Amino acid sequence: MRADPADYKLVSPGSLQSVLSLLSAEPNQWLPIAGGTDVMVLYSAGKLSNRNLVNLWNIPELRQIEVLPKDIRIGAACTYTALRNHDFISREFPLLATAASWTGGIANQNRGTLGGNIANASPAADSLPALLVYDAELTLVSMRGERRLPYREFHTGYKQTALAPDELIRDISLPRRFSGYVAHTRKVGARNAQAISKVCLAALGRIANSTIQDVHLSLGSVAPIPLRLNETERMLSGKKVEPSLLEAARRTVAHEIRPIDDIRSTARYRAAVAGNLVVEFLEKLAAESANS
Amino acid sequence: MNSSGDAKVKHDVSFTVNGEVKRLRVHPMERLLDVLRNELGLTGTKEGCGEGECGSCSVLLDGLLVNSCLVPVAQADGSNVVTIEGIAAHSLLHPLQKAFLECGGAQCGICTPGMILAAVHLLEKKPEPTQAEIREGLAGNLCRCTGYMQIFEAVTKAAQQRVAT
Amino acid sequence: MANSKEGHIVGTSVPRKEGRDKVTGAARYVDDMALPGMLYGATVRSTIARGKIKKISFDPGVAWDEFVVVTAKDIPGKNCIALILDDQPCLAAETINHPEEPILLLAHADRHKLRKAVEAVSMEYETLPPVHTLHESEKQSTIIWGADNAFKTFLVEKGDVDSVWTDAAHIVEGEYFTGAQEQLYIENNGVIAAFDPQHGVTVWGSLQCPYYVHKALVALCGLPEDKVRVVQMETGGAFGGKEEYPSMIAGHAALLAMKSGRPVKIVYDRMEDMVATTKRHPSRTRHRTAVSRDGKILGGEIEFVIDGGAYATLSSVVLSRGTIHAGGPYYWPSVRIRTKAVATNTPPHGAFRGFGAPQSLFAMERHMDRIAEVVGISPIEIRRRNFLKPGQTTTTQQTIHENIDLDQLLSRALELSDYHAKKKHFAVENKTGARKKGMGIATFLHGAGFTGSGERYLNSLVGVEARADGVVRVLVSSAEFGQGTNTVLCQIAAEALNLPYENVVIAQPDTTIVPNSGPTVASRTAMIVGKLVQSAATGIQHTLTKTGLLSEAYTPEQFRAACREYIAAHGSLKSEVRYEAPPGVYWDDEKYRGEAYAAFAWAVYVAEVTVDLTSYRVTVDDFVALQEIGKVLHPVLAEGQITGGVAQAIGFALYENVVWQDGRMLNNQMTNYIMPTSADLPPIRVFFEQNGNIHGAHGAKGIGELPMDGPAPAIVNAVEDAIGVRFHSIPLLPEDLFQAMQELPPAASSLLPAPAREAQ
Repeated sequence: MRADPADYKLVSPGSLQSVLSLLSAEPNQWLPIAGGTDVMVLYSAGKLSNRNLVNLWNIPELRQIEVLPKDIRIGAACTYTALRNHDFISREFPLLATAASWTGGIANQNRGTLGGNIANASPAADSLPALLVYDAELTLVSMRGERRLPYREFHTGYKQTALAPDELIRDISLPRRFSGYVAHTRKVGARNAQAISKVCLAALGRIANSTIQDVHLSLGSVAPIPLRLNETERMLSGKKVEPSLLEAARRTVAHEIRPIDDIRSTARYRAAVAGNLVVEFLEKLAAESANS
Repeated sequence: MNSSGDAKVKHDVSFTVNGEVKRLRVHPMERLLDVLRNELGLTGTKEGCGEGECGSCSVLLDGLLVNSCLVPVAQADGSNVVTIEGIAAHSLLHPLQKAFLECGGAQCGICTPGMILAAVHLLEKKPEPTQAEIREGLAGNLCRCTGYMQIFEAVTKAAQQRVAT
Repeated sequence: MANSKEGHIVGTSVPRKEGRDKVTGAARYVDDMALPGMLYGATVRSTIARGKIKKISFDPGVAWDEFVVVTAKDIPGKNCIALILDDQPCLAAETINHPEEPILLLAHADRHKLRKAVEAVSMEYETLPPVHTLHESEKQSTIIWGADNAFKTFLVEKGDVDSVWTDAAHIVEGEYFTGAQEQLYIENNGVIAAFDPQHGVTVWGSLQCPYYVHKALVALCGLPEDKVRVVQMETGGAFGGKEEYPSMIAGHAALLAMKSGRPVKIVYDRMEDMVATTKRHPSRTRHRTAVSRDGKILGGEIEFVIDGGAYATLSSVVLSRGTIHAGGPYYWPSVRIRTKAVATNTPPHGAFRGFGAPQSLFAMERHMDRIAEVVGISPIEIRRRNFLKPGQTTTTQQTIHENIDLDQLLSRALELSDYHAKKKHFAVENKTGARKKGMGIATFLHGAGFTGSGERYLNSLVGVEARADGVVRVLVSSAEFGQGTNTVLCQIAAEALNLPYENVVIAQPDTTIVPNSGPTVASRTAMIVGKLVQSAATGIQHTLTKTGLLSEAYTPEQFRAACREYIAAHGSLKSEVRYEAPPGVYWDDEKYRGEAYAAFAWAVYVAEVTVDLTSYRVTVDDFVALQEIGKVLHPVLAEGQITGGVAQAIGFALYENVVWQDGRMLNNQMTNYIMPTSADLPPIRVFFEQNGNIHGAHGAKGIGELPMDGPAPAIVNAVEDAIGVRFHSIPLLPEDLFQAMQELPPAASSLLPAPAREAQ
């Protein structure tokens, strides 16, 4: 334990309003902490430079999951366990439920929150690609009011986000229009559980008469931010799935991503696996089409 | 409240541990793990990594398995904590503890408190777990001695005994 | 002797002696203990790999007068960690030879102030060119240790190697590498030390060898033997990582305790433990083998080199075991084995389960598959044609006297693993899809006990005493750290005395109470110490029968009465037995020849793997571990040793990679040093054969390290079976598999040179 607790403040205003009031009064002074599965690791390693923390764990407004006719709204402080246990999420947004089951072990899923993961903005976070393909929208709140932001605009650079200094993520909404899609996700890490991903794919597709009607692809751990593969999607749209398309997809993916060498893996490996995962999905998509 | 001023302020925190109410005056960012071990003398919960990877610090917080090395004690205020010391009912061992003893689930014992808590949590959520569910339920608890096989046996055995009674 | 039914206690799975404490959280490890007035200690370490300390600066912002500060100058005795060559300083005085080398020590009552103070000490260095790889070290362009960077060399020769090449139908060459591996016991290293002028130094620690620590403290603290006391606390895993290293951390705590007059606790956190303490020696093995047309080994040359890190520590002994095991369980009519341990500017590598054998056996078992390929027969057939048979001699010319039938053992393992049926099935399955499956085998041996004259040198002494209430207490320095020492030794004593298991206890290893039964290493405890415990226990019974207090057959009640009476008359009832080398066992240290070990355990392991060509990941789907181990003393414990060792070896093969940067471990956190979780391991199916062993208690052989030797080569053999690509280096990571597949010509030929592999 390389931090001195005496050097840190943790305040618990207890309501969303009072937290926002604090952030507004003293912008850039307070680091929100929900389940702590990211913050506390840094803290224990003596690497947490923010000395003032504001507690989001005990704020009921951030814990709701609302099922509305057009979308599902997930409170930012919902834990991964809560996501896994929610019937609608498991049924209609299986990629998110699956990603939740991959995030750490059970103990970390009981504490880790979706909002915390989004705000922490690691490109390796498991659930972010799923949010990207589901066209998630964030509701950001502050004393100045609330605004909605397409999640694909949230990450602006490595660990940089569109969150203003006085803002919090209040909820994440997912439009309920993907039930007819083929959903696929795969994470490649160093082991089967408790692994930071080396590459992670979330994918949705609609195919008819062997022709791709709509496809959403997102990869984690291959760029400074979780990536929606816009170029590859454009290239694939309206095309028939055949071997030449798969190779073209692999090339376009390689062109879009920016993997690096790091302590866990290599850029070349990540690039190759990313291509393999996308091809694997397209083959699955084609197979589903053949079966229907 | 504001960010300036002396950070060394302690808070009054109270929570139930193994059925007993504890009232403490602590720095809010003390790790729950350290409070349990150092303030409350409950040394059964162990530190293996300090980064939420090994699970030896696992406890139940309001019925949910958590890594106590990652919980600021202020967030446990008003909560119900169960540690390994609270698992046995007086001198009677929990079926899981008995099964661990019979099947060789504990070798060096350092991962055992956390592992048992994880197994308790698993059986509460899934009283008749499949082998895959046992593996998943314990995937956050690292054991370097057993290779896990005898731990799985112990959990399976305890589950069968609980269902039988 | 009395009606002791074998299998009454020995051979059954009695409750683990300290088991209840472990499952209730009552077991006391070092960090669970505190002493009044205790300070915390911490270590200031080098940030360079090699050079000289020019200046040490203490940031004026810290109230240094509150701290205890210890440097090399404060060492009362000899500034070294006494082990074999005594070249490793306890604290660097001026010269630095590896990153994280300890320079000075601090203590304070407040853990947090202490941590900040460590950050507030800075060093100025004059750097010297470091050597970071085995390859660089043996080139000797920079000399960093001794005259030639070599801690130790061995040469084993048998037969006339130089004459085998001309008539050989095949000459098969290969080069094999293994990387460093972190023991990763879940409890980090820790000790508490106390000092007072009357009693001297007392150390409580997480450790395997109380008397190693005792010897080291006597030299370091300049104290007489009876003024140093070492007590082993409950130890949360060790695997060799707490064989020699605790002498260092104990030395540090003792120095702080001596200087301050207060107890001092030093407990490492995970980051410090991983970066600063010992790891498995990386290795390179080169084989050149002459083989006959029908696949019989005619002879060969084996070169085996290990990277020992910056100081000699135990490298000579690791090298020894690696040397002796290098030829595997095969008959070599002639062989030349040249081995060397070299220095690099890395924290010294040290003991880790297997101790050199996993390294050289990895090479041998990979090489056998290569030989099979060249000769044009199966990996099974090549082994059958070369297995040692009773009456034949090993590479060190030890005659195999026991009735081992490796051929039959192999057949049984193949049957248990459904090897042939699976191979047939996979041949069809592998034609389509991205997941390729394969089967691989490894056949091997592991010698138990100290090598050659080692046990004679250890001269172990064991005690058993009886109390007036009839309870018998075993007195050994052998440590429990999960492997079952407490339980097995009590079983043996209870069996020997025909008493209930509950009536036998074992003393906590405390050098003021227990004799030196040798270190808890080398798979020697059940076999060698167990046999001494058996004799000592029997000695108690003889004493009582000789004095007429007990008849040949007796009840526990009668035993108790006899003890009471004897102790009333004589004061105590104790029996001590010292190790005696078995007659007719000869070992030549000069020529490195003769009976290397009192007993070998033998094994055949079979791995079934899947290679996923989408992710390039290898997973083990099923694992069969079959071994002949003399006698199963405790079925649950024995099985637990094997599954645990197999799991660690699967980690060694596929998951555990140390990322080095300038001699320092970069990935020193559990999030980035990957060991298998419960979701990663296959069913590990364990089977035993028991052929007895004249030298071990109840015929037992040592088994603690055996399971470390086989899984890695079995797995890499299986990968080759699955995808036809040969790998020669472990850990075999997905990135390596991907890389190798990129380098294949389109026809996916398997005739590839081994990828050159040094410490990355």
